[in-house]
Amino acid sequence: MKKMMLATALLALTAGASLAQDVVRIGTEGAYEPYNYIDQATGELTGFEIELGNELCKRATLNCEFVQNAWDSIIPNLQSGNYDLIMAGMSITDEREEVIDFSQNYIPPASSDYLALTADVAIGEGAVIAAQTGTIQAGYVAESGATLLEFATPDETVAAVRNGEADAVFADKDYLAPIAADSNGELVLLAEEVQLGGGVGIGLRETDTELKDKLNAAIQTMKDDGSLNAMITKWFGPEAVTF
Amino acid sequence: MFEFCADPSQLSGLTWLSCYLTTGTHFNFYWSFLTVLMLLAVTAPVALAFGFGGAMAARSPLLPVSWIGKGYIAAVRGVPDIVYFLFFVIALDQGIEWTKHLFVCEDLSQPVWNGTEFRVCPEAKVPLAASSAIWHSAYAFATAVFTFALVFGAFAANVLYGAMQAVPRAQLETAEAYGMTPRQVFRRVLVPQMWVFALPGLSNLWLILIKATPLLFLLGIQDIVYWARELGSAKTSGNNPYPHGDWRVFYFLALLVFYLAFTRVSEVFLARLTRRLSHGQATLGGEQLRKAGA
Repeated sequence: MKKMMLATALLALTAGASLAQDVVRIGTEGAYEPYNYIDQATGELTGFEIELGNELCKRATLNCEFVQNAWDSIIPNLQSGNYDLIMAGMSITDEREEVIDFSQNYIPPASSDYLALTADVAIGEGAVIAAQTGTIQAGYVAESGATLLEFATPDETVAAVRNGEADAVFADKDYLAPIAADSNGELVLLAEEVQLGGGVGIGLRETDTELKDKLNAAIQTMKDDGSLNAMITKWFGPEAVTF
Repeated sequence: MFEFCADPSQLSGLTWLSCYLTTGTHFNFYWSFLTVLMLLAVTAPVALAFGFGGAMAARSPLLPVSWIGKGYIAAVRGVPDIVYFLFFVIALDQGIEWTKHLFVCEDLSQPVWNGTEFRVCPEAKVPLAASSAIWHSAYAFATAVFTFALVFGAFAANVLYGAMQAVPRAQLETAEAYGMTPRQVFRRVLVPQMWVFALPGLSNLWLILIKATPLLFLLGIQDIVYWARELGSAKTSGNNPYPHGDWRVFYFLALLVFYLAFTRVSEVFLARLTRRLSHGQATLGGEQLRKAGA
């Protein structure tokens, strides 16, 4: 049965070989509202990056398709060719530049902030700070002297603060702000904003230079005609940093 | 789904809940139960076949074949499962694509493994980037079944190997005395009698397999645990029609009930099977059945 399925699959796949080149697969996490998340009503991927990705592909005349992948393995799966791009709120950092390439940024360097139960929580030495594994914020906490508590998903980092496991969570402010607004004062953003990284860009394999040029050009046209700023304001609110 | 669900913010109580439980994400959640059941239904027989092959090879009088069987059992049993689910699947996937690469790509001058990057021509991708999502899911599902079968097959091989050794030597000798060939002895006497010895070990494996399905998410398949986490995680009011707090505990309770019920059903079924297989066997269980029947 399995062999038959595989054989038919291979056959069906080889038949459509000539179409293959044009499809660009984009990997995303699907758990980082409002960057990329699952639409509650339809169960489909949605968010700022989904809308932006589709617009960029339209401008670059590429045929794109989003696929979901866990954050932990999002870079290895790009390298082994399971998809061609990463659009997952990934900040451009030197460490990541060593293994993959980035397009120019499509979100300007934005603030990271702490979210805690009270506004007077200490966040320095001795504090326990939650952050998502492998993020720019986790690296920052590890170097700050506070105890880093890592979680696989962003949601778990916030839950850790709610149940007292961590003193505060450190993440992108755009992710934390709606959570704070929704919590009826239970959770508050601290006035400790930090600027990290070189903004959010599209991650690509280092050998895909042609694709990178196309996307850079498409991002530039969106920056120039103001449509990128409009999209940022639509998803992140009027206070969000724009270009 | 229902017409009255058009504006969820105006709903409350049971109507809200009935709308909430019929959202697209919830249907994905319900479907994932079927995915898990289907994976179990396909994997169990395949793993058993792997195990049977492994046990037969390990028992083979030909030394090289016996080494292969014993090597397979030792290698898989000795390596942590997580390594198979992370490393082996990537290696399998790259192996398939590399083989296809050698046949279908025109330009073979570029290295396939370039630093940390793995690169084959677009025609050699399995499935092709252009193929529809269903083929990507089918391929992920097939690799998942294969990996599960390989891992659990090694454990099953060891169980079956032990069970084959446990069949009383006198039974086999009697068959030989009747003039049966080794193959006939194996098929007519050894295999029918070994199941009762193998069953306790195999039922353990089955129950472990049921609970190992969350590893599916590592293989890119969204299983029930993934959806329970996704649905249970807190939803803010801005972009979500049904905002709520951290509800993971309720979803995990539902999973607990599912797993417990499934385990119970399996136990009842396995108890019946043991009884059936004990009939006429020269074991304590078989003897008790004979006395009760007499």
